[in-house]
Amino acid sequence: MSNELAAVWLTARLAAMTTMLLLVVGTPIAWWLARTRSRLKGAIGAVVALPLVLPPTVLGFYLLVLMGPAGPVGALTQSLGLGLLPFTFSGLVVASVIYSLPFVVQPLQAAFEGIGERPVEVAATLHADPWDRFFTIVVPLARPGFVAATVLGFAHTVGEFGVVLMIGGNIPGATKVLSVALYDHVEALEYMQAHWLAGGMLIFSFVVLLAVYGRTWKPR
Amino acid sequence: MRFKLAVLVLAFAATGAAAESVQVAVAANFAGTARMLAEQFAGQGGQRLELSSGSTGKFYAQIKNGAPFDVFLSADEATPLRLESEKLAIAGSRFTYAIGRLVLWSAQPGLVDERGEVLRKGRFNRLAIANPKLAPYGAAAQETLEKLGLWGELRPKLVQGENIAQTFQFVSSGNAELGLVALSQIRDAGKPPSGSYWLVPAPLHAPLRQDAVLLARAERNPAAQAFLAYLRSGPARALIRAYGYE
Amino acid sequence: MSGLQARLRLAREDFALDVDFSAAARGVTALFGASGSGKTTVLRCISGLSRAPSGFVSFDGECWQDDTRFVPPHRRACGYVFQESSLFPHLSVRRNLEYGWRRVPPGQRRLAFDNTVELLGVGPLLERSAPSLSGGERQRVAMARALLASPRLLLMDEPLASLDEARKGEILYYIERLRDELALPIIYVSHSIEEVVRLADRVVRLAQGKVLEAGPVSGLLDGGSVIDTRVAHHDLKWSLTRLEFPGGAFYAPDVDALVGERVRVRIRARDVSLALSAPRDASFLNVLAGVVTALSEQRGASVDVRLDVAGTPLLARVTRKSVAALGLAPGRRAYALIKSVAIDRPSVGYA
Repeated sequence: MSNELAAVWLTARLAAMTTMLLLVVGTPIAWWLARTRSRLKGAIGAVVALPLVLPPTVLGFYLLVLMGPAGPVGALTQSLGLGLLPFTFSGLVVASVIYSLPFVVQPLQAAFEGIGERPVEVAATLHADPWDRFFTIVVPLARPGFVAATVLGFAHTVGEFGVVLMIGGNIPGATKVLSVALYDHVEALEYMQAHWLAGGMLIFSFVVLLAVYGRTWKPR
Repeated sequence: MRFKLAVLVLAFAATGAAAESVQVAVAANFAGTARMLAEQFAGQGGQRLELSSGSTGKFYAQIKNGAPFDVFLSADEATPLRLESEKLAIAGSRFTYAIGRLVLWSAQPGLVDERGEVLRKGRFNRLAIANPKLAPYGAAAQETLEKLGLWGELRPKLVQGENIAQTFQFVSSGNAELGLVALSQIRDAGKPPSGSYWLVPAPLHAPLRQDAVLLARAERNPAAQAFLAYLRSGPARALIRAYGYE
Repeated sequence: MSGLQARLRLAREDFALDVDFSAAARGVTALFGASGSGKTTVLRCISGLSRAPSGFVSFDGECWQDDTRFVPPHRRACGYVFQESSLFPHLSVRRNLEYGWRRVPPGQRRLAFDNTVELLGVGPLLERSAPSLSGGERQRVAMARALLASPRLLLMDEPLASLDEARKGEILYYIERLRDELALPIIYVSHSIEEVVRLADRVVRLAQGKVLEAGPVSGLLDGGSVIDTRVAHHDLKWSLTRLEFPGGAFYAPDVDALVGERVRVRIRARDVSLALSAPRDASFLNVLAGVVTALSEQRGASVDVRLDVAGTPLLARVTRKSVAALGLAPGRRAYALIKSVAIDRPSVGYA
């Protein structure tokens, strides 16, 4: 059981870390997508949405190759003295950020689009500089979007499996996350343990999604 | 007259069923070889084979839940035995169609020496093996390392693939310098393997027997039975050997 | 140079703007024109919310835009009141008001918080949430919020457009108070001639992205005249108010102002009839003597006749037939006849 606990703890750390990074990375992307009139908007939007379509193991395979010693990302991380990312916790974080990106960018983009230009312009005429406007107007007004993005990003990282399987290497405490442990049980025909883990994840996901949807769909 | 017609219809139905292709579930490590075998089998006038490759554990769960397979080429002995005892496979149809060999392989030429001493020198960061709990090749890898007395020492360097195919990808992409993979994976019939390898001596682990079994659904499927018979034939055995099995 | 100088040029797919105008350092300048004439675009370029690719904007000698520089909107000392109130829905009225106020260093604040709150009558609303306010209340809060950001120039983009008639009257009253009590130049965008007449000192008329004409509000506007008057007397018996101006006096129904106060009245050209002699047995209460100074083009059914009433211009719209029958021509003496009931409430405002 301590193995399971280690997997749960690792998963929680991974999801928390990933969600934080996703908000940092996803917010400017979503903001740009919501505001731009650039022709690149369609292309960038599509790239962000790609993880929704690509089978996770395929994505994981390409990440493995890209981050490996022969891949450009691997060459970069090595030349920076960071070593190689596959089979490390950092590697999982990077992969999870890429994989969960649409789940954070899309609700944020919708929230930003819903706010419109006007409140931001009003704030500009009231002497608020761009950062000030963003944090005092956009963030509070986009709060439901941030809540949805955080919860979806977190939940999706917890449930993520294919990518982690590909670049994780199943190292207890470093890359053996909950979903992989669950998969191991199923593959090893240990259905009882699998049921427990799967049931736990199901309840967790349900509670999380209920929190989000109960919140955003509150009758007014 | 009416009786004759009925016979005719039955006969038609029977040939219709026989004309249907044979559904074969193949362990991932044998998928490439199975494709060559299917070609050869069809070339000799046999039925068309529909091959599905995947993990043995998944196939077990699927067959147990009514998946429409006629023949199962497992990656181990245990699963066909289990299917047989659960009456999901035809008793007596089980036999070993291949014995896998483990190799220590690196994508880098010259890294692996002819005696596998590289394992002791420890000049590598990652050694990839298949998950011992899930994959027979993983169990064999663990057994080998234990016999060599290296299991405890090398454990921090181990990365595990969920199956032998993923383990191969870890090594071929260079993310792991070394890996214990299947000989069949690095052998493309007729060509020398790339990189460097050491064929793990057979006594270092229990033989990697891969058993085939006729599934319950194919009890009256002569084509499926014909394929199993072909699998034991001389030409098929030669082909299997060419791909790195015994 | 004091006041505002603006030279703006921009071309979009369906619209081109090319304007050059100035606005005085005091009083209200109306940007007047039909929708699509470019009024709002001009206002946005002045505030810095939009950027004309080629342009020059300066205010009181401070350059806000030229070929090499573009001061972003948050560094321009101009307030902006939008068509719809645009209060921040997540903040209370008080926090809305404080938003701009807190972003001005105390030493540079031009208005006291409490005075501004009082000026716009928003004191009772301070603890309310923005979405709970009525349209008129929101617009008052929006004006107070803009003022508390200490602008040296106030831009107003059709602040009455989203309000019903009753609310319009209320807000007009408050805008007049701003104009009269604060030494703050205002640029007021509108397509409503009534608003322009009541509020503006100068008008810049726009059509299709170009300035048609610019000048003082009196005498400039098509279809009407504007007369600055003083309340002389309230006739309570008949509910009439006597308004005097240098050219004479006239009666309007119950003007809401004290005796002695200055009131500006708009008289539509079609409400003015002309006669060669003063009628004695007609219902017109108002008869003003003047001299014809100009006639508009003699085409179609109607002609606009410009009179000079002791220095005050007055426009009358009559038929071409009447012009011929009376022999109206520049230099001719004529009497202007105005029905008092034609001077309705929206036509009267504080001058």
